[in-house]
Amino acid sequence: MDFVNALVLLSNFVIVPALSYGSQLALGAIGVTLIYGILRFANFAYGDLMAFGTMFTILFTWYFQSIGISLGVLPTALLAIPFAIVIAILFSLLIDKFVFSYYRIKKSPPVTLAMVSIGVMFIINAVVRIIIGPFDRRFFDGERFIIRANEFKEMTGLNEGLAIKSTQVLTLFVTIIVASILFWFLNKTRTGKSMRAYSDNEDLALLSGISPERVVMITWIIAAILATVAGTLYGLDKSFKPFTYFNNLLPIFAAAIVGGIGNPLGAFLGGYVIAFSEIFITYAYKKFFAYLLPESLEPNSLIQLLSTDYKFAVSFSILVIVLLFRPSGIFKGRVL
Amino acid sequence: MRQYFNVFTAYIIMGLLIILVGILQSWGVALAILNLCLISAVMTMGANIQWGYAGLINFGIMGYVALGGLAAVLVSVPPVREAWQVGGLNMILCLFLIAFLIFAIRYILKNFRKSNKRNIGIVLAIIIGLIFLRLISGPAIESIEAVSPATTGFLGGLGLPIIFSWIVGALFAASIAYVIGKIALGLRADYLAIATLLISEIVIAVLKHEDWLARGVKNVIGLKRPVPYEVNLQTTDWFIRLIERLNTGSLSLITEVSEKQAVLRQLVIEGSTVFVKLCYAGLFTIVVVILLILTQKALYSPWGRMMRAIRDNEEAANAMGKNVVKQHLYIFVLGSAVVGIAGAMLTTYDGLFTPGSYQPMRFTFLIWVMVIVGGSGNNFGAILGGFAVWFVWIEAAPMALFLINIFTSGLEETSQFKNHLINSVPYFRYLIMGTGLLLIMRYRSKGIIPEKIKHA
Repeated sequence: MDFVNALVLLSNFVIVPALSYGSQLALGAIGVTLIYGILRFANFAYGDLMAFGTMFTILFTWYFQSIGISLGVLPTALLAIPFAIVIAILFSLLIDKFVFSYYRIKKSPPVTLAMVSIGVMFIINAVVRIIIGPFDRRFFDGERFIIRANEFKEMTGLNEGLAIKSTQVLTLFVTIIVASILFWFLNKTRTGKSMRAYSDNEDLALLSGISPERVVMITWIIAAILATVAGTLYGLDKSFKPFTYFNNLLPIFAAAIVGGIGNPLGAFLGGYVIAFSEIFITYAYKKFFAYLLPESLEPNSLIQLLSTDYKFAVSFSILVIVLLFRPSGIFKGRVL
Repeated sequence: MRQYFNVFTAYIIMGLLIILVGILQSWGVALAILNLCLISAVMTMGANIQWGYAGLINFGIMGYVALGGLAAVLVSVPPVREAWQVGGLNMILCLFLIAFLIFAIRYILKNFRKSNKRNIGIVLAIIIGLIFLRLISGPAIESIEAVSPATTGFLGGLGLPIIFSWIVGALFAASIAYVIGKIALGLRADYLAIATLLISEIVIAVLKHEDWLARGVKNVIGLKRPVPYEVNLQTTDWFIRLIERLNTGSLSLITEVSEKQAVLRQLVIEGSTVFVKLCYAGLFTIVVVILLILTQKALYSPWGRMMRAIRDNEEAANAMGKNVVKQHLYIFVLGSAVVGIAGAMLTTYDGLFTPGSYQPMRFTFLIWVMVIVGGSGNNFGAILGGFAVWFVWIEAAPMALFLINIFTSGLEETSQFKNHLINSVPYFRYLIMGTGLLLIMRYRSKGIIPEKIKHA
């Protein structure tokens, strides 16, 4: 019984939150990695693109709420996402046309493009704050929990409760759908294959008649979709604040590089690697060991490897270690 | 002469703009802008040394600024004797332990061949070391933080004049930069950017949460100043007489004695704040001028030529027998040290150390905008970039408010749209910065004052 209690405790505080946080990072990291693989630069504006997409999800959610449309137990935001995606795609294509395409045609070095993306980051940052303000906003409606801790305790008769938020399940569900469609698209369709070819060897791809404009356009479309979905899921699960989205860019970068930048599958797994290590290392295991060990061995300290203040620092250290010992990432980069 | 014409006009326009602020708003505001312009100029020079001379991309500027700030605290705050008594010994022991650990790892690295066994040995050494560190420092940190936590709760500093911290800040930043450079400089440009950005976040996380070091997010306030205090000035005889002398014209018009006294007191209060800021401006200008002379000398020395050669063609420079790796590390450390000075200057000027206020937007990306806008590879350009961008950063809000009022003058006062825009005035500075950066990169990619290579 103690063993089950310990497991439930661990899944309540570590596994379930890490799975949903990891999914959000994973989707974002695929977007960053795709841009890196095909457009060949590190896009520092991606976190703010996520905020931009999420902002429109919120605006549409408010609109639907005001005219009385809702999805019952599900959050209204699900209904708003497609509209927000359309706007995010248009916005990305517009920015590409007016800003990035010039440097792409000139074949500027990746560093210049990264610097340009910082300019774009400043602009999106301002636009988001001017339209919706810098404040913390919650836009979740519908049923908050699937299982409450108390209900779980009553149901199973265990000491430990397991609370599962509906947003966590939703996140997993949406991630599985989006990721499988994406990988199917990249691996099975003609367009997806041409994207992979373009990423692998640009000149050869151009020689075999792949249109670069089309590949670039589709990349931006996918990146915008992923940014909006990941941003909305994060906002539903926690809350929407432009500043945290900017900060989330850093673990997303970490996930993309850990997974081998340019490699979508690697980025996807990298998201989970980052999320799990962040939460595993900063969790206090005192109670967990209290269940497992006999009373005489019960720990008297918190058994916490690092305090939760260093959550971000953990993922960054992992990144630095990976960069040092395996610069191509755990799963070998650049094989889109 | 012609080639200096642009530089002169650019600087004169900048000076006139600051004077204009002095006339239109107030001299206090103008001097505050000037002082932060000078500090920004130092930061920009540091970044320019790395990017402009050597082409190294360092997105960790925020970390070095914060380390400079830490130096200001550790140098100027008097030591907390009680805290040293309860935990000082253990903390010093920890320091030795860390040093020992580093030497142990170096020893393993040097004397054993590359193998899985060696890696396991290193990992084991680190884990055992960390456990010991935790055991020794844990209780010490707890007792240090328990020493009157509302006011101290940290080890304190050396109690020296804060001006020394400008050198110590440079040393701090340089030593951390040495470690980071050793680790990260082998990376490709964009990886290096991301890695330095993340490492600077780690530095900030440590400063925020290690309360025993500099009180963390509880902040250290009331740092000693290198210049006189306003309150003291207002009661000093020579200062009152100076103000009287300067304002004889307007004061002689007032006949009544009591009224004259009141006006004089008001003038003295205003004068004291301006005087203090002027003192700071003098100190900062000295630093900027010294750095400018040094960097100009360096840029046009054989060493500067070598750095440019490395920047423009690494392989060719390597083939000519230049040690690229060593020079990269060298310049990375140098540039970071300059940024460290700026960090210490900033904390000195603010008189407080607030780790929570270090944001990459303000302390990394804004500095990069300054470098790019000013002109990378040119010291005069870098300084001008620091001035111009900081000026716009501060004056963007009033300008945006002015423009909004003009464009929405047709709307009613209660119009929701107008109020919404007015409330979001502070964010227009990001918009202006982003647009400015994009325009400069597109149409004048070498910056306002481009790099000039003298051929002797």
